[in-house]
Amino acid sequence: MRLRKYLVGKSLWYLGALLVALVLNFLLPRLVPGNPVDAIVAQLGRSGTQADSLQRIHEHYVKEFGLDQSMVGQFFTYLGNLAHFDLGTSFAQYPAHVDGLISQALPWTIGLQLPAILIGWLVGNALGALAAFKGGWFDRGAFLSSLFLSSMPYYCLAILLLYLCAVALPLLPPGGGYEPGSSPELSVTFMVDVMRHYWLPFLSLVLIFVGGQAVGMRSMAIYELNSDYVNYGRGLGLSDKRIVRYIFRNAMLPQVTGLALSIGTLVGGALITEIVFSYPGIGSLLFSAIGQNDYPVIQAITLIILVAVLLSNFLVEIAYGFVDPRIRASQAGER
Amino acid sequence: MRMARFTPRFWVSAVVFALVVAFAVLGPIVFGANPGKDVGGLYDPPSSTSWLGTDDLGHDVFTNLMLGTRTSLIIGLVAGLVATLIGVVVGLLAGYHGGMVEEALMGVTNVALAIPAIVVLILLSVAIDFRSIVAMAVVIAITSWPWTARAVRAQASSVRTREHLDVARLSGARTFDILIWDVLPYLMSYICMAFVLQVSGAILAEAGLSLLGLGPSGSVSLGIMLNWALVGESLLNGAWWAFLPPTILLTLIAFALLMLQSSLDEVFNPRLRRGRRERGAAAGAGAGAAVSLVTSGTVAAETLDVGAAQEPVPEPGAGERTVGSGPDRTSERSGSA
Repeated sequence: MRLRKYLVGKSLWYLGALLVALVLNFLLPRLVPGNPVDAIVAQLGRSGTQADSLQRIHEHYVKEFGLDQSMVGQFFTYLGNLAHFDLGTSFAQYPAHVDGLISQALPWTIGLQLPAILIGWLVGNALGALAAFKGGWFDRGAFLSSLFLSSMPYYCLAILLLYLCAVALPLLPPGGGYEPGSSPELSVTFMVDVMRHYWLPFLSLVLIFVGGQAVGMRSMAIYELNSDYVNYGRGLGLSDKRIVRYIFRNAMLPQVTGLALSIGTLVGGALITEIVFSYPGIGSLLFSAIGQNDYPVIQAITLIILVAVLLSNFLVEIAYGFVDPRIRASQAGER
Repeated sequence: MRMARFTPRFWVSAVVFALVVAFAVLGPIVFGANPGKDVGGLYDPPSSTSWLGTDDLGHDVFTNLMLGTRTSLIIGLVAGLVATLIGVVVGLLAGYHGGMVEEALMGVTNVALAIPAIVVLILLSVAIDFRSIVAMAVVIAITSWPWTARAVRAQASSVRTREHLDVARLSGARTFDILIWDVLPYLMSYICMAFVLQVSGAILAEAGLSLLGLGPSGSVSLGIMLNWALVGESLLNGAWWAFLPPTILLTLIAFALLMLQSSLDEVFNPRLRRGRRERGAAAGAGAGAAVSLVTSGTVAAETLDVGAAQEPVPEPGAGERTVGSGPDRTSERSGSA
C-alpha cells in the first residue's frame, strides 16, 4: 500500500515536471523578438533563392511552426507531433527532417559517451576504494590528482589534450569522426579510422569521469570504514572479509545512483567535447544549429536531453522505492 | 587564535583566487586596456608589443584576457549572489514555516531541480536577443538556485525546533525578525560555502554557454575567447596563445573556488575538525584491516599506519557532498556544457 502511494506520488511529480519542461521548450523559442521564420526566410532570400520557392518555404515553415494558429492551438499541435516523433523540418537545411538529422548524430554521441561513462565509473570506483583502503602516499597522490581532474572544466581538458596529442605531438587526428574523404560504411578500414579519431575525445571524457568517481568513492569508503556498524561487526568478531563486503555494499549504493544519473545526462553531458574535436554528434549539430538560428533543431535537441534526464531520475527514484523501505516511508509523508 | 584555524589549503586557494581577481580588476588599470583595437595580424606569436600574441582578428590576447576574466568574474559574482539570495529566501521560508508553504515551495524546487539546467540555459539564451552581462548572470542564476534552496531548507527546519526560537516567539518577535536574527546566523557558514560553489558553477556555466556561441553580446569573457579560438581554428594552427591562457585561468578559478569551499567547511564546522582526528584514526584502523585482507594475511606493519588521517574526510551528508553535489553534477557535466 505504501509502495503504491510512493509510486503514484513520484509519477505525478515527474509528470508535472515533464509538463513544465514541455511548456518551456515550446514557449521559449517563441519568445524570440520577431518571427524566426521571417528571419530565416529573409536570410535565404539574400543567398539568392527564387522568389516562388521562398514563398513555398515560408508557407511550409509557418505551417510547420503552426504560426497560423493560436498559442494554445500551437501547443497542442506541437504535442500531437511529438507523440508521432515528428520533430519538424530544419530551417537551415530545408527540407531535411529534424528526426533524420538527430538520428544521424545520436549514435556518435552515444558511442562516445556510454563507454566513457562505464569505463570511467569502473576505474574511478576501483581507484577511490583502493586509495581509501591503502592510504599513505598512494592515497594522497590519487586523491589530489582526482580532485584536480574532477574540478577541471571538461572542455578545458579536451582543449589541452587536443593541443598536446594532435598538434604539438601529431600522434592522433585532431578532429572529426573519420577521415574527411571517406564515408561511413561497415568496413575494416573505416572502423580503424573511426577508432583512431575516437581516442582523444574519449580520453578527455574518461579522465574527468574517473576523477569525479574516485573522489566520491574514496570519501564514501572512508566514511563507511569507521561507521558504527563496522565497529559493532568487529566487536562481534566478524571476519574482515565480511566487514569489507558490507562496507563495499553500502559505499556502492550512491555510486550506482550516480552511474544511472550520468547515463541520463549522457546526451547533454559533454556537448562541448564534440565541438572541440568537431565530432559529428549532437553537440556539433547543436553548435551549427545555434549559429544558424535553426530553432526546430535546437528545440529537438533540448527536448531529447530533457526527456533523458527526467526519465533516468524517475527510474532511479522508483528503483530506490523498491530497494529502500525507509525512503518509501519518508517520501510518502510518514516521517 | 582564531586565525590558526585556517588550513594551508584555505590560504593557498584564497591567494590564488585573490591573484585572479587582482589580475582582472587591477590589470586593465596598470597595463591599460584598449579592447577591440588591431595591434597585429592573424595569430601573431607573443612579442614585446603583445605579450600573449594576437587572436584571429589581430586583437591583443593579453588585453582580452584581463577583460575576459573580469567579465567572467562579474557574471559569476552576480549570478552567485542572485542564485544564493533566491535559494536562501525559498529555503528559509519553506524550512521555517513548514506545512503547506513548505510543500508548495519544495514542490516548485523539485520540479526546477528535475529539469536539466543546460536545456533552460540554451533556450533562454537563444530567446533573449541582446545578452548583456547582467542578463547572462540572471539567466544562469535562474537555473542554479534550487539546490541551495533545498540545502537551506534542510538546515532551517533543523534550527526551527531549537528552544531559543520558542523564547523569541513567546516574546512576540515578528516572523521576519526571527528569520533574520535567530535563524539566519546559524546558516551563515553554510550559505557562504554554497555561495562560493554557486560562483564557480556560474563562471563555468557562462564559459560553456559562450563556447556554444551564446555568450554575452558585445563583450569578451573567458568562454568567448575559447569560442573565438575554436572557430578561428587556432588549435589546428598551433596558436597556443589564443586558447591556453583562458583555459588555464578557467581551470585555476574552478580549482581555487572548490578548494576554498572545502577548506571553509573545516573552518566553519568545528565538529568536522575535531571529529577528523578521531575519525581519521578509526579510518586508519579500518583501512589497515582492509589492507590485511587485500594482501591476504601478510600484514605489514607500515600498512597499518595509514595516512588517511592526513586528508580531511568530507562527511557525506554534512559537508562537501550536500553542498557540492548540486552544482558539481549539474554544472560540471551539463550546466556548463
